[in-house]
Amino acid sequence: MTQILVTGILLSGTYALIALGLTLQYGVARIMNLANGETLVAGCFIAMWLFATLTINPVVGLLIIAPAAFAANWGIYRVALEPLVKRAKSRGQLEVDSILATFGLLFLFQGIMLLTFGGEYFNYTFLAQRFEILGSGYGLNRVVAFAAAVAIAVALYFFLYRTRHGTAMRAVAVDPKSANLVAIDVARTAAIAFALGGALTACGGALLSTFYTFNASMGVVFTMKALIIVIMGGVGDVRGAVLAALILGVAETAVASLIDPSLTLAATYTLFIVVLLFRPQGMFGRQTT
Amino acid sequence: MKRRTLFATAVCAAGLLVAPGAFAQDVLRIGASAPKTGPLGGGGAVTHWPNIRLWMHEINEAGGLQVGDRRMTIELIEYDDQTNPEIAIQNIQRLATVDNVDFIVTPYSTGINVATAPMINQHGYPHITTSAATDGVVEFARRWPNSFWMLGTASQLGEGVVQAFSQLRDAGDIGDRIALVYVGDAFGQELVTAAKPQLLEAGFDIVYEASYPFGTQDVAPIVAAAKAAEPDGFIAFSYPGDTFALTEQAQIQGLEVGAFYTGVGTAFPGFRDRFGDASEGIMGIGGVNAEDPKVADYFARHQEIAGSEPDYWASATTYAGLQVLAQAIEQTGSTDKAAVIETIKNGTFDTVIGTIDFIDNVNPNVWTVGQWRDGKFVAVAADGISVGADPVVKPAW
Repeated sequence: MTQILVTGILLSGTYALIALGLTLQYGVARIMNLANGETLVAGCFIAMWLFATLTINPVVGLLIIAPAAFAANWGIYRVALEPLVKRAKSRGQLEVDSILATFGLLFLFQGIMLLTFGGEYFNYTFLAQRFEILGSGYGLNRVVAFAAAVAIAVALYFFLYRTRHGTAMRAVAVDPKSANLVAIDVARTAAIAFALGGALTACGGALLSTFYTFNASMGVVFTMKALIIVIMGGVGDVRGAVLAALILGVAETAVASLIDPSLTLAATYTLFIVVLLFRPQGMFGRQTT
Repeated sequence: MKRRTLFATAVCAAGLLVAPGAFAQDVLRIGASAPKTGPLGGGGAVTHWPNIRLWMHEINEAGGLQVGDRRMTIELIEYDDQTNPEIAIQNIQRLATVDNVDFIVTPYSTGINVATAPMINQHGYPHITTSAATDGVVEFARRWPNSFWMLGTASQLGEGVVQAFSQLRDAGDIGDRIALVYVGDAFGQELVTAAKPQLLEAGFDIVYEASYPFGTQDVAPIVAAAKAAEPDGFIAFSYPGDTFALTEQAQIQGLEVGAFYTGVGTAFPGFRDRFGDASEGIMGIGGVNAEDPKVADYFARHQEIAGSEPDYWASATTYAGLQVLAQAIEQTGSTDKAAVIETIKNGTFDTVIGTIDFIDNVNPNVWTVGQWRDGKFVAVAADGISVGADPVVKPAW
């Protein structure tokens, strides 16, 4: 029983890493980023490349990947997405436009990765050792990824709920128009949120690459998972995303261990539907006015 | 100045016009459609595309194929099917009607080969499949007489596992208790359907059985449950991502069994590189007889020209399928598609995986199980051909 719980909690760390970035991008910057998975896979590749060529350990590699991804996503937002934001007359229109634009970005990123790395499967060995918790063995790489997920989530929580910038970001998430009225630079805040989200996703990818086998065309798998978690948790709420990740991780592991591993996906979607039936805005989401 | 520019332009234009005209007779246009992206992009990049490159390179280096009294070099027209059967069918249609290729090389994977077979048949091309392993082959070969099936059947592959495990059990190396897991799609389903009755018949006791959804890499609960059942042998009919994940988890959780078998991906050189010494003794789908000088030579050429090591299963078969096509064209002495199909049906072909002689369009002689031994994935079970070695018990992790 404890083994199920620990395995589930470790898995939820992985899920949180997949979804936290998208929460910010969709919740604050209002960009439904379909290239989320590709950003994550790019993180995988860069971490692997740093590890293979420069023997930089993936955890240390985050110090390089995070700022690089932040800068890259900032650029993407400024060049490709801000024109859409300016043009959009309503939130709905921005959503449609951003979905189309990031759908294009998805193929662009995927193509670049295919050209650079080819389509093969990649993985590498990093901390693939046994780590004992309460008498059972777990992958040390998963434990490290979980610890990093906790650290990132806590840091993000403090940033959003205890700092001025974070409060501004939440204000934009709730209502961009009103945020503008209280002298928040909405455009800049949204750009930062998008860039921060991209950086988080890339960091998640770097950590996931230590225990996943990946290839250039795998992004969509992660995007799907991230979407479920973000929508289940409530758009733009970090606490919701973390809680959703935790529920899914533990539920999937419990179902796989106690009932049948073939029902993990069914369990995920059942929970998803149940949450949407009773709280269409997500667990922590606010009712839209 | 102006006149010179005009002249240069004219020369270029003339060159463009003349070039295809002068050489068209001596170029064999070959079409290829296979995944570069999508879920099977990874497998295609390891197993499929490098062999087409290698094959084309070698033929063109040698001055082309001798077709009747002509030397014909190969020109390749390639499309990505994105692992999507619909797109694959469109690609074949385009190759046949727009590009007007002379021949089409096989698509990649069981599903897409079956999906495109009617279209390839409709356009009358020979269709030599080298990456389709299914029990449907006899039926398919009957339905599409232009199709040839080289990688064996799910039953053969399943039988191979039982063969290897029985050998170890009969030698007293492992016990009867087996944990059996498989990916919940057509591939896993077919293999388990083939292997399970035979395992039971051979006196094995299946102490844990589970399937998991396609794409699952979080397999810790599966390995934990398998371990709790205290098996002597572990069998997984898995795909690359889960093959790696299952092996890593088995190692981490200390699932000690005397026989450990995983599915697609075990035969990838990347598997050995990833697990290093721990890969020793792990069995998996496929295998080749690396002792065979022809196979060894093929591995060396693949490494040199394609720049990567081939996998130890369908790679050699894929190359052999291309050899069959080239030899059939040469033996026929023309590019007449129907005549080439007849030649493939009735001829024998000397390939890297031995002599190919189709029986009712199916190649019956295949390696079924390989085992990592000193960095090589040696065939330890086969149907109709000789193995590289006998299976041995797997050392502790």
